[in-house]
Amino acid sequence: MSADDHVGSGNAKHGFWRTYVFSTDHKTIGLQYGLTAMCFLLFGFGLMLLMRWQLAYPEEANPLLKNLFGENHPFMPGGVMMPDFYNQLGAMHGTIMVFLGIVPIAVGAFGNYVVPLQIGAPDMAFPKLNMASYWCYFVGGVIMLASFFVPGGAANSGWTSYAPLSVIATDGQTFWLIGMIALITSSLLGAVNFIVTIIQLRAEGMTFMRLPFFVWAQLVTAFLLLLAFPPLEAAGILQLMDRVAGTSFFLPSGLVISGQPLQVAGGGSALLWQHLFWFLAHPEVYVLILPALGIVAEIIANNTRRPLWGYRSMVYSTIFLGFMSFIVWAHHMFLTGMSTGISSFFQTTTMIISIPSVVILTALVISLWGGSIRFTAPMLYALAFLPMFAIGGLTGLPLGLSASDIALHDTYYVIGHFHYIVAPGTIFAVFAGIHYWFPKITGRKMNDTLAKLHFWPSLLFMNGIFMPMLVQGLAGVSRRLYDGGAAYAHAQDVLYLNKVMSHSAFGLGVVQVIFIINLVWSIKSGEKVSRNPWDATTLEWAAPSPPLPHGNFETLPVAYRGPTEYSVPGSSSDFTPQFQAEES
Amino acid sequence: MDIPYIVHARPDTGVNNGKLGVWLFLASEVMLFGALFSTYVFLRVGASDWHTWHSEAGLSIPIGTTNTIVLITSSITMVMAWASLMMKEFGKFRLYFGLTIALALVFMLFKAIEYNAKFSHGHFPGTNNFLAIYYVLTGLHALHILGGIIVNSYLIGPGAKLWRTNAAQFTCRIEAAGLYWHFVDLVWIFLFPTLYLL
Repeated sequence: MSADDHVGSGNAKHGFWRTYVFSTDHKTIGLQYGLTAMCFLLFGFGLMLLMRWQLAYPEEANPLLKNLFGENHPFMPGGVMMPDFYNQLGAMHGTIMVFLGIVPIAVGAFGNYVVPLQIGAPDMAFPKLNMASYWCYFVGGVIMLASFFVPGGAANSGWTSYAPLSVIATDGQTFWLIGMIALITSSLLGAVNFIVTIIQLRAEGMTFMRLPFFVWAQLVTAFLLLLAFPPLEAAGILQLMDRVAGTSFFLPSGLVISGQPLQVAGGGSALLWQHLFWFLAHPEVYVLILPALGIVAEIIANNTRRPLWGYRSMVYSTIFLGFMSFIVWAHHMFLTGMSTGISSFFQTTTMIISIPSVVILTALVISLWGGSIRFTAPMLYALAFLPMFAIGGLTGLPLGLSASDIALHDTYYVIGHFHYIVAPGTIFAVFAGIHYWFPKITGRKMNDTLAKLHFWPSLLFMNGIFMPMLVQGLAGVSRRLYDGGAAYAHAQDVLYLNKVMSHSAFGLGVVQVIFIINLVWSIKSGEKVSRNPWDATTLEWAAPSPPLPHGNFETLPVAYRGPTEYSVPGSSSDFTPQFQAEES
Repeated sequence: MDIPYIVHARPDTGVNNGKLGVWLFLASEVMLFGALFSTYVFLRVGASDWHTWHSEAGLSIPIGTTNTIVLITSSITMVMAWASLMMKEFGKFRLYFGLTIALALVFMLFKAIEYNAKFSHGHFPGTNNFLAIYYVLTGLHALHILGGIIVNSYLIGPGAKLWRTNAAQFTCRIEAAGLYWHFVDLVWIFLFPTLYLL
């Protein structure tokens, strides 16, 4: 390194604003992402609880909200939900959970905090860009929240914003589009930063095949964000033009609304929106799950005290998965009248993409074999992730084949399927990650008893919510009903499940209080621990807890071996860290 | 602790951070414009009177050709500016880099004349889908030119102080700005035949 290279973050002392608000330190930015995203997750969950009340007790006044909304309130007069408001809740629950909750916490928070530490880097490659991407995300979030207060309320055309419905929707949709453009910009800046950091800032000796699996998962995720998000940005610009400049990109000729012909040029295509949207949104599914798999892989290796089984296969599967995820998008569109040839192509690619997912999951399960498992708090969440993700993945297969998709599409089965992947899947991995890396961030452990008190009811309630959805869906209940199916004859036999799901959801809400208490209490009063409390092998545990501001390590570490060298035969302890020079 | 490989290439990857970052950013830009070009194809294939719309729009091929030449020239002056820095000739750099910015402004001027002519004939984005995609593609491209003008103006103005304190890093910045500029130029080279000639 020459003198020219000594520019960048520096060790200068910064004031309050530069230290906590406009920080360029990847750890502070990671925490900012994490806290903001957790607030959004809670908010999005709250929207869903409102919907679940309406589904279990259609058009009955919500006892908790009776007095909050006046008799003439457009959303919930006297606590009774209006159909328009239900649509807003549906659209915004999806948008907030995916774009403001899961992606920012899985990539923005865990990626930012852990990746530079695990590769032995002093910071991200572009610290100022990192700050910019957090603030773009923040602005996008504020725009989304503000949209509830415009006339007609927030976006109400679903999180997929299908045209032409979304083009003729109320002003909330314009806010949604502008908010999305801010969020996409944030993701693009973040993705560039992650890829450059991982490729350029690896410590000495940290070859690609010595990267922890979590880093590989983040690298592939960043490529997905980088290449899949721009088409949605293009689509967002086009829909914005349709709404504000009177173009007809997504408006076909001869559209009639409430008996009135729409006064536009026409000639556009509603399907064009779906293609552009799903070209993003299918890779997005893997953006939601890959970081979760990365977190779980780290924790399983650490708590089974043995190397990951098939590390290389897992890495190659992840890369293959990333590549394939760009050519499966039209399996979301089997019922749009596509030809059998096109449909066969997308069914085939969809079946192929399930192979690498199964390889990764199988490798994780086999990793348990013969290990001496420690049932620590993070391990409980990680273990629960495996069957939950498996249910989510396997219930997806019938949706990937057009013959069975004809019956199942747009039913609660679809909702059950993808929520199994994202809710008890990714969110459990997020809980696992928070418990696992909490000692690195604060120097203290989270309380084990409280963690178990949170874990077991959460697992129970999650299944209480999503398992009945699969049942209702197989009975043919549509996912878009404001009354939960009460008006439909074929739904009567499974109508009681609405109450099961709703009460499970309320229960899930209550037990999250335990997690929040544990998180806040442990920051000040958790058990103090050393810098490597889990006896782990990866480089982040070589740094002090918390790692030094602007630089992380006392001296930059060197990677001497692979990431999961546990129980090496002949070794004096059951773990050999990457940063340990030679066995003495 | 300082971030490594800001100026010098990492030996095993052969690039510095900034250059890799710009290339990745350009990859995402390819996807952005790729989606819009796909939209163009999608709309055109489904339209019955595309040729009528195209001829009614009356795009001026002489202005388009002139703008193509202007942008290609600006790419050449951009390379000359970077080469001047490599030869440590800051005066020449200022001349060539200034010319690049001036040519970008000329491009924007012609674009404004074109847009003005369209508007005065009542050709708006909502008129038909050819004009709609024309305005989106050229408008987004013009925004990219504008972004380039702003960044380049910073680099030749207040940003140029870096030349005295860290000439190597300044040269890296100009190279990165150049990569972006060539890409914007390349997008126009695809836009011109697609919209004006086909």
